[in-house]
Amino acid sequence: MKRRFALKAACAAIAASGLMSLPALAADTIKVGILHSLSGTMAISETVLKDVALMTIDQINAKGGVLGKKLEPVVVDPASNWPLFAEKAKQLISQDKVAVVFGCWTSVSRKSVLPVFEEANGLLFYPVQYEGEELSKNVFYTGAAPNQQAIPAVEYLMSKDGGSARRFVLLGTDYVYPRTTNKILRSFLHSKGITDADIMEEYTPFGHSDYQTIIAKIKKFASEGKKTAVVSTINGDSNVPFYKELGNQGLKATDVPVVAFSVGEEELRGVDTKPLVGHLAAWNYFESIKNPTNAAFIKQWTEYSIKKGIPGHKDKPLTNDPMEATYIGIHMWAQAVEKAKSTDPDKVIAAMAGQTFAAPGGFTSTMDAKNHHLHKPVFIGEIKSDGQFNVVWKTPGPVKAQPWSPFIPENKGKKDEPEKK
Amino acid sequence: MLPRTLLRIACALLLGSAGTACFALTAPQALAIASGDSDQRIAALNASVARGDDRLAVFVQALLDDEVKVAGDKVLIVHDGKTSDAATGAQAALPEGADDVTNNNRMRGALEAALAGLRVFSADAAVRAAAVAELAKASLDESQLPLIEKAFAAEANPGLKSQLERMRATILISSSDRTKRLAAAAELAGSNQGAVASLLQERLGAGGEADVEVRAALQQALGSVRARLAWGERLAVVFTGISLGSVLVLVALGLAITYGLMGVINMAHGELMMIGAYTTYVVQNLFRSYLPGLFDSYVLAAIPAAFLVSAGVGALLERGVIRFLYGRPLETLLATWGISLVLQQAVRSLFGAQNVPVENPSWLSGGVAVMSNLVLPYNRIAIIAFALIVLGGVALLIARTRFGLFIRGVTQNRRMASCVGVDTARIDMLAFSFGAGIAGLGGVALSQIGNVGPDLGQSYIVDSFLVVVLGGVGQLAGTVVAGLGLGVLNKLLEGVAGAVLAKIAVLVFIVIFIQKKPSGLFAMKGRSAEA
Repeated sequence: MKRRFALKAACAAIAASGLMSLPALAADTIKVGILHSLSGTMAISETVLKDVALMTIDQINAKGGVLGKKLEPVVVDPASNWPLFAEKAKQLISQDKVAVVFGCWTSVSRKSVLPVFEEANGLLFYPVQYEGEELSKNVFYTGAAPNQQAIPAVEYLMSKDGGSARRFVLLGTDYVYPRTTNKILRSFLHSKGITDADIMEEYTPFGHSDYQTIIAKIKKFASEGKKTAVVSTINGDSNVPFYKELGNQGLKATDVPVVAFSVGEEELRGVDTKPLVGHLAAWNYFESIKNPTNAAFIKQWTEYSIKKGIPGHKDKPLTNDPMEATYIGIHMWAQAVEKAKSTDPDKVIAAMAGQTFAAPGGFTSTMDAKNHHLHKPVFIGEIKSDGQFNVVWKTPGPVKAQPWSPFIPENKGKKDEPEKK
Repeated sequence: MLPRTLLRIACALLLGSAGTACFALTAPQALAIASGDSDQRIAALNASVARGDDRLAVFVQALLDDEVKVAGDKVLIVHDGKTSDAATGAQAALPEGADDVTNNNRMRGALEAALAGLRVFSADAAVRAAAVAELAKASLDESQLPLIEKAFAAEANPGLKSQLERMRATILISSSDRTKRLAAAAELAGSNQGAVASLLQERLGAGGEADVEVRAALQQALGSVRARLAWGERLAVVFTGISLGSVLVLVALGLAITYGLMGVINMAHGELMMIGAYTTYVVQNLFRSYLPGLFDSYVLAAIPAAFLVSAGVGALLERGVIRFLYGRPLETLLATWGISLVLQQAVRSLFGAQNVPVENPSWLSGGVAVMSNLVLPYNRIAIIAFALIVLGGVALLIARTRFGLFIRGVTQNRRMASCVGVDTARIDMLAFSFGAGIAGLGGVALSQIGNVGPDLGQSYIVDSFLVVVLGGVGQLAGTVVAGLGLGVLNKLLEGVAGAVLAKIAVLVFIVIFIQKKPSGLFAMKGRSAEA
């Protein structure tokens, strides 16, 4: 009885999978790889990027695909395991023969796949803000470089409206992105006449959950001199206990404002934001930005997440900056393929230069002609009591990225374009 | 700083015309406060405070609560779904497309100071206390002296009076009169505010105090303020240490039973905590949907629910897997590790890979300010108390009840217990599921301070084993001492060396300790220890 049922089920499954794969084989498709962690510690942030990528691919397919062919997504799970990222990337390029890969979140995963893409002459679109100091011919960076996020945020804190801060706590998770960003910021602050005595640098391990001591230290530091602000590069789910502790200890934004570079709508999902009103975040996109493109983007995402039953989002759909960057990246790649009339990486790379796209952020994002980074606007938002952000400052227009920060002395004379191989 | 001009105007008003003429807040004035750039808005706010417009307090409060909208040239307050005109207070309709008024931190600071200036003469002592606390944050100068003196003279409450006196001293410390400065320095020596310490330091710095005698007085005052602040800092370290320790005790307590007493190397212990935390999440959602009025008490309902669910899963595990593996630690380790992966994936399939939001009930949010630089958060206090209660319950159950006697009997000498008629299989199951239930309680506590996600257990499993092994396997007292000890040690080191180094130092310490004393702090003695 049982066995018979199992057999029947197996037959059905084989038949179904056979049927499913047939049309895919028959029709001529372009394969695109999606390389985001769907399990492990980064799943919290990356899973939604996979979903937004699938949504964008559906959207392009609904309009007829690219070069008259449908896009066929190939989703793999590198499981927050950095060496596995390289293996999965290799598999995508050599076995699945994808035309392009959208993926990675942490800088360490990007560094892990970089040699694979350079060796095989593949194409990677990286959608997250990062520390710069890298420029590869095979990568397009659709997130922010430090001058498109960190530097404007600190400038705002030093301005009158930002609270005229003259002392800074640089607080981060202990890995390459926060350390490099803080190195750049320290040198930037020196250039503004702020001495080392007025800068405190603190790091916590990944997944740190007890921020009592850190908050006490910040309070002590703030009581020892002029107006103090905190610059947080804490990454991942550590942010939730950090902000909870901040609220419970009564450190208000009017006393010591905290500006964060890795905290968006998604990270605040599980936090009671009422005590956090006024703390800041700097991004190139906020869900609360009001314009027709963004309204359409949010509507599209809401409908998609309800239709697909995406956990969390089906009840409370949220969009954030890396989602927008993924969305822009895929559309730009599709445009470049249309322009190049080919998916050959070299032709697409040439066609990417100068591509434009009307981004949900409300500006037209342009791919720089040379340096593989987007020209993006910078927004600074204050946390509202409903967990959204209230934009209090923005650049007049898109800003060109400086992947080689001028605040790191060794960068002097480095070319603002990838080395030709 | 910011509110300086504002306060100056406020005090002029309150001294000159307090309680006499009141002007109505007009619509254009309200509009000027609600829109434009920060400089202009603050100027408009100052002007309105100076005129003493009535309804200003209501309007400022509404601005601070983000309840103000602008539609064309009308300023509206939307409170509890009712719309009223900001200037007149009359009922009004909310037009389509009204824009929210947004305030940045600077604007919010100015609004708070305006409110404090208006409220420092309130008849309600609590309102006055809040206003004084707000004023203490602003940096004051001589022009605000009359306001403070008037408030000081009118104040009857001795606590508030001394606060105002000290506030007056922070102004007089930079007075041109040397005797006033000396008196102010003496007065400030009694302060416990961090802001006063930085003010004194500033006066002692370049371009500050020149007079030798006053400098000495300042130095002395700074010393005594610092000493008082240092107490707050020391107490904070102790409190955070105990708080971390209580979390460690809670997460290790269940393991102290399943591993300590029963000898099962339970790698799925962390996942049992995770199940407890997810149960809390589910109970929270049920309360939100069906009993929104009682939402704040969902945690109390989650405690028994988490215990039962985790205990149930524990019983299933014991019956289904672990009972076949008693006495084979390696296989148990592998099997329970496999189970932990299965449980994680099951939760991921049910709830998604994302962390789920567990809100603190309002009585667990915020904290009590014991000293100016020492705030004890309610959720931490609650967890310390909860750990004590659970610990007491477990200790009583193991030491005083028949069930506890059976557990001790079976774990110490299984055959003999069986011979005298104890159903050892049943006791095994009950003991294991009891330990699992305690892990579930740990999960409830963790859900209030950290993230609830599928890999919640992973981050605590190592800590729990460390605590149990360090304390001595099979000893509840050892678990308690080790948990609290590790907590305090970790926090002491964190203060000196930072979080990353502290974690490493604690691990090194444990490795060395276990090398020297392999059986932990409290070694089991007697024949049963060798069995």
